[in-house]
Amino acid sequence: MKPFKHANKSIELIDNFLNTIDRGAIIFKEGVKNYLYGNRENFVDNLKTLSALETDADIYRRKVENILYTQSLMPQLRGDIMRLLEELDNTIDLAKKSLFQFDVEVPKIPAELNQDFVKLSELSAAAIESVVPAARAYFRSPELVKEKIHRVYLYEKEADKLADSIKRRVFQELPIEKLSEKFHLRYFTLHIENLSDAAERVADVLSIMAIKRTT
Amino acid sequence: MLFLIFISSGLLLGWSLGSNDAANIFGTAVGSRMISFRRAAWIASIFVVLGAVFQGRGASETLTGLGEVDALGGAFTVALFAGFTVFLMTRARLPVSTSQAVVGAILGWTFFTGSDTDYTVLTKIVSTWVSGPILGMFFAAILYILLRKTLRRTKIHVIKLDTYIRIALIMAGAFGAYSLGANNIANVMGVFVPSAPDILLNFGIFTLDGVQILFLFGGLAIAVGIFTYSERVMQTVGRGILALTPEAAFIVVLAQALVLFLFSSIRFSEMLMAIGLPPLPLVPVSSTQVVIGAVLGIGLVKGAREIKIRTLSGVALGWIITPITAGIFTFFALFFVQNVFGIAVTKQIPEEITEMPVIIAEPSVLTDMAQQINMVLPGLLILSMAIIVLLVYLFFRQQKMRLKTENELLTQQNQYFNAQKALNDMEINAIQMENTMLSNKLEIKRQEYNNILLNISDQKKFLESVSDQISRLIGEKDIDKRDRELKALSARLKQRMSFSKEIDDFYGKIEQTHQDFITKLTERFPDLTEKEKRLAILLRLNLSSKEIATLMNISTKSTEIARYRLRKKMGLKERANVHDFLTNL
Repeated sequence: MKPFKHANKSIELIDNFLNTIDRGAIIFKEGVKNYLYGNRENFVDNLKTLSALETDADIYRRKVENILYTQSLMPQLRGDIMRLLEELDNTIDLAKKSLFQFDVEVPKIPAELNQDFVKLSELSAAAIESVVPAARAYFRSPELVKEKIHRVYLYEKEADKLADSIKRRVFQELPIEKLSEKFHLRYFTLHIENLSDAAERVADVLSIMAIKRTT
Repeated sequence: MLFLIFISSGLLLGWSLGSNDAANIFGTAVGSRMISFRRAAWIASIFVVLGAVFQGRGASETLTGLGEVDALGGAFTVALFAGFTVFLMTRARLPVSTSQAVVGAILGWTFFTGSDTDYTVLTKIVSTWVSGPILGMFFAAILYILLRKTLRRTKIHVIKLDTYIRIALIMAGAFGAYSLGANNIANVMGVFVPSAPDILLNFGIFTLDGVQILFLFGGLAIAVGIFTYSERVMQTVGRGILALTPEAAFIVVLAQALVLFLFSSIRFSEMLMAIGLPPLPLVPVSSTQVVIGAVLGIGLVKGAREIKIRTLSGVALGWIITPITAGIFTFFALFFVQNVFGIAVTKQIPEEITEMPVIIAEPSVLTDMAQQINMVLPGLLILSMAIIVLLVYLFFRQQKMRLKTENELLTQQNQYFNAQKALNDMEINAIQMENTMLSNKLEIKRQEYNNILLNISDQKKFLESVSDQISRLIGEKDIDKRDRELKALSARLKQRMSFSKEIDDFYGKIEQTHQDFITKLTERFPDLTEKEKRLAILLRLNLSSKEIATLMNISTKSTEIARYRLRKKMGLKERANVHDFLTNL
């Protein structure tokens, strides 16, 4: 049916976009793990996949934006929806940048920190993975958003705690001589931690959007 | 014609109604750009006219019951001053309803003419002013709860929901327009009903009596109002109601349409009576006030904590001020119309005041008495004409669109062509530059070849002269002369062996080729002499000491010393390779 053609198309694009973000989070944590344990080949492979996913996400987002604005769909909600998609896109952008920084800067991460870095990347990825179902819920059952986003806040808080602990160990406990290396490790902790912060921003946007739709 | 002049005040009232009240129906859809104004205006106009013509009679009869304005002059004044009151109150930014103004004006007429006022009808009408918004509130609340439950259960995607709401808004808008026409046409043309022309137009499929023709004019006036003035109001109202979600806006329009429909449907009243319930009075109600009621209803469901008392009191104030103002205005205006202009405002006034025939038509007997006019043929003609005009319009529109597309394509091609041209120009420039460079190189090479040629011929000449001189000396008997000449020859050869010109040429070329290297070398070691720089270039070319000695016209030993000094000046360690150092500089 013609009136639903654009609606169906944009629904499909949004679903694809959300799948891409979800996959991006998984690939990111795999990439960090591969880097830390020296699986260079797999790491490069992850980097390529993430880069392709990021490009796909951008394409989907632009297509959705194009349809929503040219077809005047949801004049009141499209601004919010586009902001949500932008914030979600930001998470995969950050993930890609972060992984690229591993590739370019090749940080020397002491083996003692490997476990912590893996866990930090898992927590950040979990925050993203939890915000995706919440975003899906917004489109069909906005009243369920609230109960889905509390996980995001939990993972974000845990990631913050772990990042603080890593930084403390780097600067106070581990025998790292060069200050530059300490800074380098701090930056990489920050890069990974930023992902969970981005997921938290998405959750904030979502909670306001859900309130708008349910009241 | 005179009839048309008299109903002009009613038409003005219709125009005002169209420009204001259509916004209650399509305001949200147009304001939020869900539907274009043009499309909304067409839908609203068509359905308003249909509602007015086919269902407008019910509410009009009640108004006639209040006071049967039986003369065209009176009806004109009543409609004019009802409209005037609406205009004044709108200017004063007071809440106003056309229905209330019309009722007030009719009451003004009854007081002026001393006719009996039917207080039962009046009570019925006034009660609907209150019950209309309350019913709107009730319908909106119920419908909103139902819609919310349905949406929660069906879990429709928000984008798809938007499309459903769009369609629903158009349908509710059409229904709203039909109900508005059916209910509010009484405000516009109700007072003229007793003066309706006594004719019956037969269109084959349906017939239109005098009252319906009157309503058709009223409906068209409303449509004109919609097309000419309602866009701005729609944008304003749309933005005002936009605070509501699209779902709520749809409910508001639907509740309003339902209320207006119920207050104008004769069949629904009959149905209520059939099941033993009291019938709903068929009275024109204010669509704006019903909308206010509906918005309140949704607010109550949503659990709104504050209800704007000011809005409600404004509505209540309108119930009192509007009819009183309209009544007073009409009362005095009738006095002037009758006594100053000498136009009859009621049938009860003696006939000598006006010569205009007063037409009284009873709707019930109208069809029997009416002059029948067969409109089948003209109707068919008009329909055929309309279809032809539509086809021609569509054809030209299609042509226009095709031309537009072609133009766009042409512009795109033009832009592409320009871009291609710019690219070609750039390529041509690049090729020209390359050509110039190549021809310069060619020139240099040619000069080089010339030099080599000259050199060869010069060398040949020199060697020939040396050969001649040696041949001559072989035969020379005078030993002293031979020794002298041999010494001179040796000196000539030594002089020739310095190759100073060739060496200068060689250095010139080498320096040209290694310009970057010389710049870097000078930057890093500014103390180097020209000779040392030349030595550095030769070392960089990986030439042996012997070769360098020949080129610098010094001994091999001196070359070694110069090389040592250069290493020292550049601060090279003992083991460092000077060639590697200079290559990586």
